[in-house]
Parts: sequence; structure tokens; C-alpha cells
Amino acid sequence: MPQAQVAMTVRDGANGSKVIDIDGEITAFCEGVLMDAYSQADKPETKVIVLNFDQLGYMNSGGIGLLVTMLIRAQRNNHRLAAYGLSDHYRQIFSLTRLDEAIGIFEDEASAIAAA
Amino acid sequence: MTEERTDEPRDRNNWAPNIERLRADGGVNVGGRRLTGPQQGFGPMWQKTYTVRIPGVEPERVISEWKANYGSFWPSHSRFNAPVAGIKPGEVGNITSMQVMSTGIMVLYTDETSFSFMTPEGHPFAGWITFSSYDDDGTVGQVQLVIRPSDPLWDVAFLFGAAKGEDLMWQHTLRALAAHFGVEAKPETTLVKVDKKRLWKNAGNITKNAAIGSAINVAKAPVRMLRRA
Repeated sequence: MPQAQVAMTVRDGANGSKVIDIDGEITAFCEGVLMDAYSQADKPETKVIVLNFDQLGYMNSGGIGLLVTMLIRAQRNNHRLAAYGLSDHYRQIFSLTRLDEAIGIFEDEASAIAAA
Repeated sequence: MTEERTDEPRDRNNWAPNIERLRADGGVNVGGRRLTGPQQGFGPMWQKTYTVRIPGVEPERVISEWKANYGSFWPSHSRFNAPVAGIKPGEVGNITSMQVMSTGIMVLYTDETSFSFMTPEGHPFAGWITFSSYDDDGTVGQVQLVIRPSDPLWDVAFLFGAAKGEDLMWQHTLRALAAHFGVEAKPETTLVKVDKKRLWKNAGNITKNAAIGSAINVAKAPVRMLRRA
């Protein structure tokens, strides 16, 4: 199976949030990397998990499927999911797939955390 | 991993244009309807993955042939009227199932090794279907659905056999795909219930149910004929 072309790092954000910095491509092949990052962010004290798409280089429909799976895991564990750093192109894709109705899209990290 | 971000994303031409609703002339239970992802559906969410091994055929060729002959791999009880322009982003295909129920799909995404459909309101399930091919110690053809039954009626139908019918349909499709390349293969199926919850806020989706809409459409046929006469 092709290797995931993405790196994800998890860091502490403000107000008990966790931020996942995504650098590379989101495709079906990054399931392991994405779920590992989610597991690192999924702590009892975590209120909101913020996805930073600023370095997103490519995304296909398999990647969108993974994001909705991650969303369900977050909802099950009472975490809110928010995103920022999306280019206009990827905002349009979130709108087309109606993922933006479930994952809040924000201009920057501060507003993503503040609104969650 | 970091590359300088350019204004033109590499996947720009792979995705359908952003639309609010499908074109009004899209067909019965399709025209004017909104697209639905899993979060707009009703029943439990499933990730269903069906795979088949097709050794000796490049993934790009598998997808190219799959796109060109998509409907011919389906079982005989269902018919897929492919878009005139082919399986290209934004195109709409119409589906007739059991000769009575009409619905459709929109082509959401395509590239050399995959393509995806998204369902409109009323379709039996809400979500995405991705068809792909990749190398995993030999070429694999795959169908993956990320879906929920669209409304309470479809949810009940899935509980009482439609889900099994869905499995059989995609297994048939993959067997036919492999046979197209001269390979006799048995597909593998992996079913994961991602979310057992029902989204009751979406129960009203039943007003768009394609089976009900198709029945009404058939019932109105004599009236339409009289008007034309």
C-alpha cells in the first residue's frame, strides 16, 4: 500500500485545546498517521481539537472520508473539532462535501479556539 | 514535507465545482436536490470496504477501464446511466434500481487511480463512495463507502436486507471488474460501524425518500400522459 505523504504533530493550544499541525497530503493512506495524531490529542482534559491545514498540499476524497471518521471519534469523546488554515480551494471542498456543517472553519488558531 | 504553497492546488481539477444544489434537469429524485455527506444522513454510520486482487494490471489501467465501463460491472437488477461526458468531476449519473426506483449520484472527485461519488437527498444512503486501485504486493481494486442510511425508512430497509444487498452488489461489481481483466477472484469485505447513533435531527429526510418519490412519479404517469394528449 502506498506510504502516507504527510506529517502530523500535536501540540498544546490555548484554553485546554490540542492543535494538530498537518503538513502534506490527506488521502486514504494517511489513516494511521491521522488516527495516531488524534489519539495523542484525545486526553480527558482536552476540550477542543483544532486541525491546522496551513501546510495542506493535497487532499482527495479518501481523505475527506477519514476526516469524517475522525469527527465521529471526537464527538463520541465529547471533543469539539475545529479547523483553520484552509485555502479558498479547500474551503470550497469542505462546503461541497458539507463537512463545514460539522467542523467549524476559522481564519486562525485563536478564533478557532475562542469559538469552540 | 513542507513545500511552498502555490495559488494553484494540485488537486484543483480533480474536484467537482462547489454547488448548492444539483441541476434542475438532473432527473427524477436528483434534479434540484442537495448533496448529502454522512453527517446529513440518519442511521448508523458505516465504513464498508470491498477489495479484489487484480494481479498484473496497473492501477491506472484498472481505474481507466472502470470509469469507461462503470455501469456494465453492475448486477442486472440495477442500471447506471453514466453521464454523457463520462465520469468527470461534477457530472451526474442516474440510477434505476429494481426497474422502479430512480435516484442518482454526482461525481465528486476523479484522478488516475480513484474516483468518488456523492449521493443526493433521497438516495438510500447519504455519503461518499470511493473507487480506487493501488499496489499492495499486486494490484488491488477497491470500493469504499462512508455512509449512513438517509432516513428512517431506508434505515429499516437496511436492517431488513438492504445492507446485505449492498454488500452483494459491490462484491458482484468487483468480481465483474476482475473478470474484465481475465481474473477470477473472490472479493473481500470489511464492515466497520463507525457510529451506532441515529441522527434524529435528520429524520425529516424521509420527505425526500427516492422510493416514495419514485412511487409518486409512477402514480402520476397517467395524468402526465393525459396532459400531453
